[in-house]
Formats: sequence, structure tokens, C-alpha cells
Amino acid sequence: MPSEKFTYIESSAVPINIENVDTDQIIPARFLKATTRDGFGDNLFRDWRFDKNDQPKVDFVLNNEKYNGNILVAGKNFGSGSSREHAAWAIHDYGFKVVVSSFFADIFKNNALNNGVLPIQVSSEFLEIIFNEIEKDSDTSFTIDLGKQEITISTTGQKEVFEINSYKKECLLNGYDDIDYLLNIKDKIEVFEKRN
Amino acid sequence: MAGKTLFDKVWDAYVVDEIKDGPSVVYIDKHLIHEVTSPQAFAGIEKRGLKVFRPENTVATPDHNIPTIDQHLEIRDQLSRFQVNKLTENCDRHGITLYGLNHPFQGIVHVIGPELGITQPGMTMVCGDSHTSTHGAFGSVAFGIGTSEVEMVLATQCILQPKPKKMRINIEGKLSTGVSAKDIILYVISKISTSGGTGHFIEFAGSAIRGLSMEGRMTVCNMSIESGARGGLIAPDETTFEYIKGREFAPKGGDYDAAVEKWKKLKTDEDAVFDKEFNFDATDIEPMITYGTNPGMGAKIKDNIPHESEIEKSELNSYQKSLKYMGFQAGDKITGKPVDYVFVGSCTNGRIEDLRVVAEFVKGKKKAENITAWIVPGSKQVEKQAKQEGITEVLEEAGFKLRQPGCSACLAMNDDKIPEGKLAVATSNRNFEGRQGPGSRTMLASPLTAAAIAVTGTIVDPKTML
Ligand code: SF4
Repeated sequence: MPSEKFTYIESSAVPINIENVDTDQIIPARFLKATTRDGFGDNLFRDWRFDKNDQPKVDFVLNNEKYNGNILVAGKNFGSGSSREHAAWAIHDYGFKVVVSSFFADIFKNNALNNGVLPIQVSSEFLEIIFNEIEKDSDTSFTIDLGKQEITISTTGQKEVFEINSYKKECLLNGYDDIDYLLNIKDKIEVFEKRN
Repeated sequence: MAGKTLFDKVWDAYVVDEIKDGPSVVYIDKHLIHEVTSPQAFAGIEKRGLKVFRPENTVATPDHNIPTIDQHLEIRDQLSRFQVNKLTENCDRHGITLYGLNHPFQGIVHVIGPELGITQPGMTMVCGDSHTSTHGAFGSVAFGIGTSEVEMVLATQCILQPKPKKMRINIEGKLSTGVSAKDIILYVISKISTSGGTGHFIEFAGSAIRGLSMEGRMTVCNMSIESGARGGLIAPDETTFEYIKGREFAPKGGDYDAAVEKWKKLKTDEDAVFDKEFNFDATDIEPMITYGTNPGMGAKIKDNIPHESEIEKSELNSYQKSLKYMGFQAGDKITGKPVDYVFVGSCTNGRIEDLRVVAEFVKGKKKAENITAWIVPGSKQVEKQAKQEGITEVLEEAGFKLRQPGCSACLAMNDDKIPEGKLAVATSNRNFEGRQGPGSRTMLASPLTAAAIAVTGTIVDPKTML
């Protein structure tokens, strides 16, 4: 999906301080019957967010007005389990542009990047600081500078540099996607096929 | 220069191009698709005005979202019917082979690939499903992808992927009676955690692995993804070549002999170096079961649920949340807990060998009153063979309900849901909150353990019943 260009973000964040959040929680399987990419945001974290009568669970963070913004902060090993890209679509559709964690599952990381959602891996110490700051003040804002590969806690000025390979960075900055790239090298692919 | 690992040998042979500081362009031999993760990919290429680049390299089957009863009738659930029909339309339009419902080759993607001989050593394979790692059991590089990547493969037969790191897990020694491939992998994940393999491809090696059947090897590679790994693989050997021989799409005659000669070279060089290596002793492995809500929360059935003090600090939140969800207490005895459902099936343990194990155990016995037991064969061919071998009859006499092939209660997209609050012992691969239906609770175990529990009605170590 060719996505919007991604450059600089300043926003408060929504904290989910739980490790190993799997994609079945992000979007339960019963919502995977759709044949388009749209509308998954309504069911993001469905079973943590709503009870069986579809009433919002008040103790879940997405139902707490205090927390908002387009950054999701989660415990380590976010996005494990099923490869369903619907998880990335749900996060994107809900309005998150960034997910911060100390560790991401591989397939989720690829899926997020392919949908213009930036997964930022920070150290576990920095993640703890972020959670603490949000706990102290839910309005704490963060800036994310993709060009400099930096995430900064605006209130304290603490920052950390994050990794992203330069190809993916270019893609995000320019709104390109992998298929455009592959289509451009089709002749190379055909040469490879003839050789093998 | 250091030698190459099996993974390097296969991967390197398929690199079409490399992007500086970026991913590699990898050519894909075989692409498997199903109804759930492909419709948006077809829509994507059509929006770009493209046709599928190499339709002959893709094979399709519906499995995730299909009913497991009355498969000869039209699907009742409207959304499911629409999604399955969409797969048929897309395959028709793009000239892709489809094994639809009621075709004798239909089944779970990862069951039919190997049983039809589509999966072969040294290949690159992908599918929009994380358990594509199953096919690594043949010495292929196989991994799960997202829908955008499915679209890439449809459009160009290639995928952009950073090269994973390499890990080897050696398991030496002889497994004791009652311990199976499923116990090996549950044990490994309990040791290395659900993120221990992240960023890596795992080669499983050692005498305990070499001693496994192909079905057992597939179970191990299948669940390698649950350690976070991109995939798992095992060097092909005589067991592999024997399994492939004579299958529908396997090379035949002289071609087969030539292929075997090539496949024999697919092994890690003596002097190859891995980024990480683990060694386990097969005699330490006992029948395993999970007690929490991720596959890494496994223990020996005869043990107790670990105490907080035994859990790493960084896992504490998820440990507490898990026990609360499961309704278990730290330090609880695992055996003796009453169970409501037993589910035997899925791409992890829904093969003929798994059904044989269950049938052998329950022959002449009856399931416990409190248990609802479902057996869901992994494919039409498994179903057929189970009938021919008399397995179906044995299972039905023991009170098991046999359903038709599909993913079924592994992910509960269809009606096969474990009701809220009920406890299921499942031979599948995921015990996440609500995985088998909203509010359902799942404990993962081997087919033998599941059979023993079906009979006793409570959690039991099958070793005590052999
Ligand atoms: S059986 Fe379960 S794990 Fe396997 S492909 Fe189906 S849904 Fe995925």
C-alpha cells in the first residue's frame, strides 16, 4: 500500500504496559472475514476493549479519555503470533502512526512498515522511563523525528536514537512501497529465472 | 572463510538482488494462499492493473474460514461464504490452481503442501500464515508473510526481506516413551521464550531430531515461529527422501534420483558459524503442557505452575495477567485440573500420524463424561486415510466427534468455538486469550497427552497411563 509520507510527529501516547501482546489480541480472528483493508480500527483490541455485550470496559486504556495521541507504547515483544496484517491495518485505521516497544515480533514489524506505521524499538530502560512519564502525566508529549531517527520525551528532553534500515526509511519518508521497487527490477527477476 | 549453514545455502541461491543497507530481493519457488490473507493482495495488484506474474508457482486452498460440517452444502455464514468465493474468483481470474472445498486435495495449507509433494528440500516457500515454517522440516526456507508481501509475490514472485540471523538448536539423545515432537518444541519454547528466536532462522539438529518422522519434524518446525523465529529448518535425509517419493507432485523416476543427489548436499558445513546455539538433552524432556496464555508458558505436566519468583521480571505483567485469565494460581499442581474440551487437529498435529497416536491410545476406552472431544483431520487425504485404516471407527467408538478438514478450533473463525470460560486441551499451537473463541481457555499439548486427558477428564501425565 503506497502510504502517506512520514516525517515528524509530536503527540501524546497511549500506554499498554503488557508484554507479549499478540496479534490475536490486536484483532481477534472472528474479524478477519473482511475482504478489504478498511474499518479494522473499530475492532482494535476488541476483547480487551469491549465486554461480551459490546459495552466498553472502563479499565482498558483505549476507553480512558485521559490517554490519546497517535503513538502506542507497549511492553516487550509486541505483535507476536499470527502473521495477520489485519493487526497493522487495525492500528493504522484507529489512528496510530507509531508503535513504541522494547522488542517487536518480526512479521509484525514488516507488516507495520508496509502500512506506514513506524515501529520504534527502544531500550528496555528507556521504555520504562516512557511508561513512568505517561503515568505521571498522561499529556506527556513525545516527538519522533524519522530523519534523525530520534524519539524525544518533550517534557524532560530525554531522547534515544532508534534503528531503521535506510531503505525502509526512504520508503517511509517518500511514501514508496516495496512493490513499486520490485516492479522496477522485473528485468532482473526475469534474468534470475532464466539462469536457474 | 567459514563454511555455510543449510539456511545460507538455500537463501543465497535465491537472492536476485541486494539493496545496500536494506533487505534482499528473494525469489520464491512456491507460494501457498488461502481465503483469509489473500483477497486484499489480489485487490492490490488489480488496482495497479497487474496480472499474477507466475500463477503456476502459487497454489490455493480454503482452510481458515470454512465450516467443518456439511462441507458439501453452501457455506451458511455469509461473510465466510463471500470470502471463500472470492478466493475461487481470484484464482479463476489469474489462472491459479485451487483445491476448493470438496476437492480431494483440500486441507490446511501446511498439511497439503507436504502431503502432495509440493514442498521439497532446498526451496523457498511463503504463505500469508505464520506457520509456513512447517515446510522447513524438508530443508526448505519457508516463512510466513503479511498480505502486502502476498501482493509482492503475486506481482513479482519476489519478496523484500532482510536476511535473518542463524540459530541452531541441538537436541541429543533418546526421547523417553510417551514424549513426542510436540513435547520437544513446547520444551524448547519454554526455555528460550516466545521472543528468544526473534530475528533468527532456527536449524534443528541432533540425534533426537534425526530420529523423528517427517510428521514429527513438521510439528517442531511448525511451532518454531512461536519462539519468535522467522522459521525453522531441518537438513533433509533418507527419512525426507522416502517421505517425498511417489507423492503427487514429487519428481518421478530418473528426475527423483537426480533430485535426491542434489538434496543430499543440503546440510550445514562442519565449520559454519551460527549467531546463537543452544544444546538440550532429550532425556530432560517430559510430556509438556502450557498453563498460561502464550506458548512459552509451558511446563512438565508432572510439575507445578511456577511461582512468581521463578519468572523473569520483564515477563511478570504478562505472567500475572495470564494466570488470572486462566483462573490458575501460582504453584498449583497441573495434574488433576478438570477439562471440558479436547481438540485434536491443526497444522501442528492434525496429520495421519497424530490421529494414529490418538486412536491407538483410546482403542477400547471411552472418553470421560465431562469431555467434548473434537478430531479435525488436517486434510481430505488425512480424512480418507483415517477411514481406510479404521481410525475413524475407533475414535467414534471412544466418543470423539469427527469433523471435516480445516483450521477449525485452532483459530475459531468458523463455528468451532470453545465456549467462554471452558478449558480446552488442544494439539494446536496457540493458547492466546480467546484464541479458540472469546473467553475460552487453552492448554497446548501433544496428541498423546490430549488422548489421555480425553479419557481421564482431567489433566494427566500420559506417561502414567502407558
Ligand atoms: S491450523 Fe491454525 S495455525 Fe495452522 S494454518 Fe490454520 S489457523 Fe493457522
